[in-house]
Amino acid sequence: MGEPEKPRRRFRQRSVIPGFGLTLGYTLTCLSLIVLLPLATLVVKASGLGLSGIWDVATDPRVASALRVSFGVSLLAALTASVFGGIVAWVLTRYDFPGRKLADAVVDLPFALPTAVAGIALASLYAPNGLVGAQLARIGIEAAYTPVGIFIAMVFIGLPFAVRTVQPLIAEIDKEVEEASAILGASRITTLTRVVLPPLIPAVLTGFALAFARGVGEYGSIIFIAGNLPYVSEIAPLLIVIKLSEFDYAGASAIAVIMLGISFVTLLAINLIQAWSRRRFGYV
Amino acid sequence: MSEALAQGPDTARDETLRLPASVVTERRVVRWLLIAVALTFLGLFLVLPLLTVFAQALAKGWGAYLAAFSEPDAQAAIRLTLIVAAIAVPFNLVFGVAASWAVAKFEFTGKNLLVTLIDLPFSVSPVVSGLIYVLVFGSRGLFGPFLVEHDIQIIFAVPGIVLATIFVTFPFVARQLIPLMQEQGTAEEEAALTLGASGWHAFRTVTLPNIRWGLLYSVLLCNARAMGEFGAVSVVSGHIRGLTNTLPLHVEILYNEYNFVAAFAVASLLAGLALVTLAVKSVLEWRYADDIAAGARRH
Repeated sequence: MGEPEKPRRRFRQRSVIPGFGLTLGYTLTCLSLIVLLPLATLVVKASGLGLSGIWDVATDPRVASALRVSFGVSLLAALTASVFGGIVAWVLTRYDFPGRKLADAVVDLPFALPTAVAGIALASLYAPNGLVGAQLARIGIEAAYTPVGIFIAMVFIGLPFAVRTVQPLIAEIDKEVEEASAILGASRITTLTRVVLPPLIPAVLTGFALAFARGVGEYGSIIFIAGNLPYVSEIAPLLIVIKLSEFDYAGASAIAVIMLGISFVTLLAINLIQAWSRRRFGYV
Repeated sequence: MSEALAQGPDTARDETLRLPASVVTERRVVRWLLIAVALTFLGLFLVLPLLTVFAQALAKGWGAYLAAFSEPDAQAAIRLTLIVAAIAVPFNLVFGVAASWAVAKFEFTGKNLLVTLIDLPFSVSPVVSGLIYVLVFGSRGLFGPFLVEHDIQIIFAVPGIVLATIFVTFPFVARQLIPLMQEQGTAEEEAALTLGASGWHAFRTVTLPNIRWGLLYSVLLCNARAMGEFGAVSVVSGHIRGLTNTLPLHVEILYNEYNFVAAFAVASLLAGLALVTLAVKSVLEWRYADDIAAGARRH
């Protein structure tokens, strides 16, 4: 990273293993060209607008509405994914039932299924004449082409994060602690809420933050089901695409920087949660 | 039905534990209720969309299904997707191995920062991942004037699609291998070197066999993402039919033209790829859990 070698503390500790210069050099070159330079260009482009310029873009009614939809719906979706993801993780780790391994493999489907494929599948399922959409319409819920549709797509995309961050911790729970709690007279509910749940909270929060960040940035699985009505069901990433097609590079960059800023805050929050968890429980 | 569940909670056959089983697990009703909730949720949100893809693709029979692939644009899209993955995946494979060698086998200042930066593309929205390349290589971008002058087209052409794909799949191999290689340490390589092996020889005969399952696992996931990426590629592609359309973009075009059978037929190809990926991934996890991830923990 170009740190100068300090006279006493060396940049790297001695080792007999060769290839440090070659591999680190190659790594830094790739990282700089593929990741850092393009991201820096974005920041420079957006800073050309100045803080007030970015603020103007962010407070433009259509942009503000898109940001509100993206962040608000993603928050709700991440919450839903965390609650049901927690149940799924618990069931998959603690109970034995026919098809458990298959269900476990299915959880990763949103990681593997291309977002455009998920998008058109969800859109056709939840359309007013679709398999699920028709049932929902009967009870008065319009899913496709409303924020409800965005919510469904974001739950889909966020679920694996919620499940996979909690699952390994549930597997590591020491059953003897639960037995001790029971021997000391606690009911099962008390054991669950006072003994089992607290150590899981950091992982649940991490999964929530990951699902939230993914939902905010998600594009492919949402645009088909969202209907993309300005001020109603238009998401921030779509607005970037629209601005780009109008050759408004500065406007697109401003929205992108706002979204990047918020994902960095989310990442920071994850790191803080994990640091806190390490102090409090001794593991991440 | 599993036997343990068929029996009442009080008939647990654990001899060493005198407590009724209900104190270390939930009551049977609760267990079945939770299992039902979890499976319904997974079925409704994950399995049903997957089944929809195949059902819609075959809605008008096999003839219409297969016709979708005989179209020249579809074949061009398949070809382009294969080309892009054939460049992006090996690139990230080499990068990932080099990065994890540097990070896992040596101690140096700024290592944590480096690892965080490698992970960065995962936290960038796909659309933003495309946008940044437009800002660098687009006609009004950083290198725009130079590229126009030399008649080199990157954005709205194949190189841009490849670059955007490399960006979104950048961390896959590195983030899988770094913890794995850190856990394995350096003792085996040091032994090989002491016995006179060259660095390259030690890597090939000692390190590579140790990381092969983790490597395969990460390449599998990297490939699935590379072939399926939509947002980033959509921004840089320009959607020129037959030229810069990958499979996911072709799905979008067909869907927006209300050609649903063809859209879902092409989508079923990608869904099939996802299923194969998941199957191989699960088998690798069941068989080689310890050789894939550090501490056998996934993700």
